[in-house]
Amino acid sequence: MDVYLPIANLSVNGLVIVGLGMITGLLSGMFGVGGGFLTTPLLIFYGIPPTVAAASAATQVTGASVSGVIAHGKRGGVDYQMGGVLVAGGILGAGLGSALFNLLQKLGQIDTVINILYVVMLGSIGGLMAKESIQTMRGAAGEAAKRRHHPLVSTLPLRWRFYRSGLYISPLAPLLLGIFTGILTMLMGIGGGFVLVPAMLYILGMSAGVVVGTSLFQILFVTMATTMIHALTTHAVDVVLAALLLLGSVTGAQLGTLFAAKASPVKLRLALAVIVLGVAARMALGLTWHPDEIFTVTPL
Amino acid sequence: MIRRCLLAALALVALTGARAPAPRPILVPDVSQHEVLLRQGFTGADLLLYGAIMTPEGHRAGRDYDIVVVLEGPTSPMVLREKSKVAGMWVNTDSTTLRSVPSFYAMASTRPISKIVDERTAAIYEMGLDSLQLSPGGGAVDPATQKRFSSGLADLMVRRGLYGQNEHGVTITDQVLYRARISLPSSVQTGTYTAETFAISQGRVLASAVSRVEVRKEGMEKAVADFSHRNAFAYGLLAVGLSVLMGWLAGRLFVRR
Repeated sequence: MDVYLPIANLSVNGLVIVGLGMITGLLSGMFGVGGGFLTTPLLIFYGIPPTVAAASAATQVTGASVSGVIAHGKRGGVDYQMGGVLVAGGILGAGLGSALFNLLQKLGQIDTVINILYVVMLGSIGGLMAKESIQTMRGAAGEAAKRRHHPLVSTLPLRWRFYRSGLYISPLAPLLLGIFTGILTMLMGIGGGFVLVPAMLYILGMSAGVVVGTSLFQILFVTMATTMIHALTTHAVDVVLAALLLLGSVTGAQLGTLFAAKASPVKLRLALAVIVLGVAARMALGLTWHPDEIFTVTPL
Repeated sequence: MIRRCLLAALALVALTGARAPAPRPILVPDVSQHEVLLRQGFTGADLLLYGAIMTPEGHRAGRDYDIVVVLEGPTSPMVLREKSKVAGMWVNTDSTTLRSVPSFYAMASTRPISKIVDERTAAIYEMGLDSLQLSPGGGAVDPATQKRFSSGLADLMVRRGLYGQNEHGVTITDQVLYRARISLPSSVQTGTYTAETFAISQGRVLASAVSRVEVRKEGMEKAVADFSHRNAFAYGLLAVGLSVLMGWLAGRLFVRR
């Protein structure tokens, strides 16, 4: 099924794109990550121009998160107050990220920075998650007792009560976290969920039941902002591409949520850790292997 | 483009002025399709560049001339970057600005270009990937570096299917009809493409003719592309709205089940 993409300016096999969306949707529903960290590189690999890939992946993540947020929201799995603070930070961060993106693009180092970011972020977070979930699986007891926020978080001024997350901490902590993921969203074309979920668990110490839902809630609004920024500045949002990705991902997200409800959270976290580490390893190899193309061409 | 035409004109004047005029052939070129429409289902197009070549008296002249056809897409300024290994990582280290990079380039000829014309003539008429005039800008760049960059670009574009040359791509039937098949991939850019045909004898371009091919988006594809530029804010809202709607619909459908 050949489909011509009007913004990307090329024709693709529609079924491949839908399948790709399906995979990321599954991840999204199961782990609360946007799946953008897989979509963008795969789209680029398929021949879609990088900017179009990043912009349209953001649009797709919006759709995948909507169904996820609704599903989790019905089960009371979203802390809207915490989500609101994260969203505010995220939109700020998306603006900052856009400026940073332009600067790096001018310097010609955007690809390298993105790759290094991927390796460092995914590598450290994946490692942390894998270690933690293996430890929990070995000594199954005492998991609930271990949930505490990072000591640094308690040094921040101003404290709010986040009932659903079971926290009494400064809103500055989630705000900073939101800004950080906003920057990542704009730079890497990802939802930032793979950073957000572990950070919520290990830095903020939120209760595990609301982590995935709240993360999706933040991703939903930040990717909306990112889509708008791309539409206004780079004009790189391809609705046809996004619609194809959405078709796969919204169904995938529903299936993922069903799986997530049945599987054990520790095993889920280990599975996510393995995927994240896999992508990090691939990226690290990409930096050191002889690249397919020594030359790259970009419009002036 | 203008500079090139001028050079070509000068070359012709010099040729006709200096020596006893070689018989100037009559070249009647055409393209199978003057319009390429990018719309749903477009997966690329095959263009046939064909025509007739005759002596002024109207005799068949195919034996006496070599034919070279060049199809070139609209040019634009580009930055070309080169990676090299720094501390174990592949990083962009060198770059150059090229002011006229054709978005598409295809050449076909009856024989290898090096046997038809000398390097200088090939450069004037941009015959062959080695003779592309990319107008490097920004300071003095030494010829070796320039060469490395332009062959790097050509390599890259060939692998994307946007550049190509076929040195036996022109066939001549019955000494009068020539034709060359050039395929456009689905990733071609919109704009006016020029198809130039040259008749060459003894290293000299004796006749040339240009026809044009218009590549443009059509129907829904055109509407979407225009919309995204003319009304970016509404387009962004549409994209966001579409994704929210699809996500919400999927949520509803699954809950019902």
